[in-house]
Amino acid sequence: MSSIWEYANPRRFMATSGALLPWISAIAAICLVVGLVWGFFFTPNDFRQGSTVKIIYVHVPSAIMAVNAWLMMLVASLIWVVRRHHVSALAAKAAAPVGMVFTLIALFTGAVWGQPMWGTWWEWDPRLTSFLILFLFYLGFMALWEAIENPDQAADLTAVLCLVGSVFAVISRYALVFWNQGLHQGATLSLDAEQNIADVFWYPLITVMAGFGFLFLALVLYRTRTEIRARRVKALIAQERMA
Amino acid sequence: MIGLLKRDLALAIRAGGGFGLSLAFFLIFTALVPFGVGPETGRLSEMAAGLLWLGALLACLLSLDRIFQLDWEDGTLDLLATSPLPLESVAALKALAHWLTTGLPLVAAAPVLGILLNLPGAAYPWLIASLFVGTPALSIIGTFGAALTVGIKRGGLLLSLLVLPLYVPTLLFGALAATRGAQGLDATTPLALTAGITLGAAALLPFAAAAALRVNLR
Repeated sequence: MSSIWEYANPRRFMATSGALLPWISAIAAICLVVGLVWGFFFTPNDFRQGSTVKIIYVHVPSAIMAVNAWLMMLVASLIWVVRRHHVSALAAKAAAPVGMVFTLIALFTGAVWGQPMWGTWWEWDPRLTSFLILFLFYLGFMALWEAIENPDQAADLTAVLCLVGSVFAVISRYALVFWNQGLHQGATLSLDAEQNIADVFWYPLITVMAGFGFLFLALVLYRTRTEIRARRVKALIAQERMA
Repeated sequence: MIGLLKRDLALAIRAGGGFGLSLAFFLIFTALVPFGVGPETGRLSEMAAGLLWLGALLACLLSLDRIFQLDWEDGTLDLLATSPLPLESVAALKALAHWLTTGLPLVAAAPVLGILLNLPGAAYPWLIASLFVGTPALSIIGTFGAALTVGIKRGGLLLSLLVLPLYVPTLLFGALAATRGAQGLDATTPLALTAGITLGAAALLPFAAAAALRVNLR
């Protein structure tokens, strides 16, 4: 009973995810509302950046989730390749558009933030550029899923693409540092630091980060459930035809 | 193995299509650049190295869907899959044949086209070296992309969408080596990194391409 592979069974997955989904959605909603209201209305302005600093409450969490969504797809693809659990492949498929939207949000809020602070909407900075490339990887992954009719074949090929793409995405990330130094600041938040940023900003930020994490989880579960249902309907229609 | 390579080379040269077309594309691309950015020689020579790399990359990209498409259509690929030759070697040989018929002519043509764009004299050895070292990576990555999309009808655009993001590090280091050479700086580091990408791709991607081919042939 204790193994995580129990959830490779779609029936079990549907039962458990159905029970969890309202809770996860509620936590995501509460975290997002509390964190965003707190961050937007009850934190002081930065003494140099003014009120634009508040973009951080959308920009940073979406950027973190954009990368983590790809990581989750990588793990799900690996599980599909190794153990051939269909739920895993469908979860990778379901996560791609969500991750793509997070990437887009990060790019967009970054541009909106960069305009008043750096004086430019776009700069060919390593971080910005690697996010643009990540966006292209999401597009390619989704396009390949759409282009292939046989779902098993599509799952296999997109999994191979995801594995190879991950390697190249990492290479690109570090290659870009060679190419241009850029404007974006280095890592500000890290797990082992004593204090990352002042507590007044940190508590709302971490609340929103948790909110984005749960939002991602809820959306992926929801979309995976839809995919499973769609596949069941397809199987039922095929059965009807046979009969 | 040698037989397969000979066959691919003969087909590429005699059957028309790929061999000369990508060279012609490279020439047209280079000829169109001044219309886009203006004919001032100073600005052209500044950008020449990067533009030549970009042109070579696009010319390479155009011929990718021919790597497996014809063999897929007439069933040769099925025969190759059932032959004693491992599919990984088939993929590697296809990449080699593609490079010999597309990449190598591009390397040879690049210095001639460099004159058109007023490439500085110091850049020629670096441009040739970086293209020579970098274009095999383009062929190998492209072979992987072609293996992914071989079963899709009219997969050419999709192939470009999949392959172009994978080309980023190769283009970046290759063009950086050529540009640094043009500025008279030492370019051995980016050149070595380009070679590293080529070697890494040659070592790993035939396996990924073979896996994709197996799925498509299933």
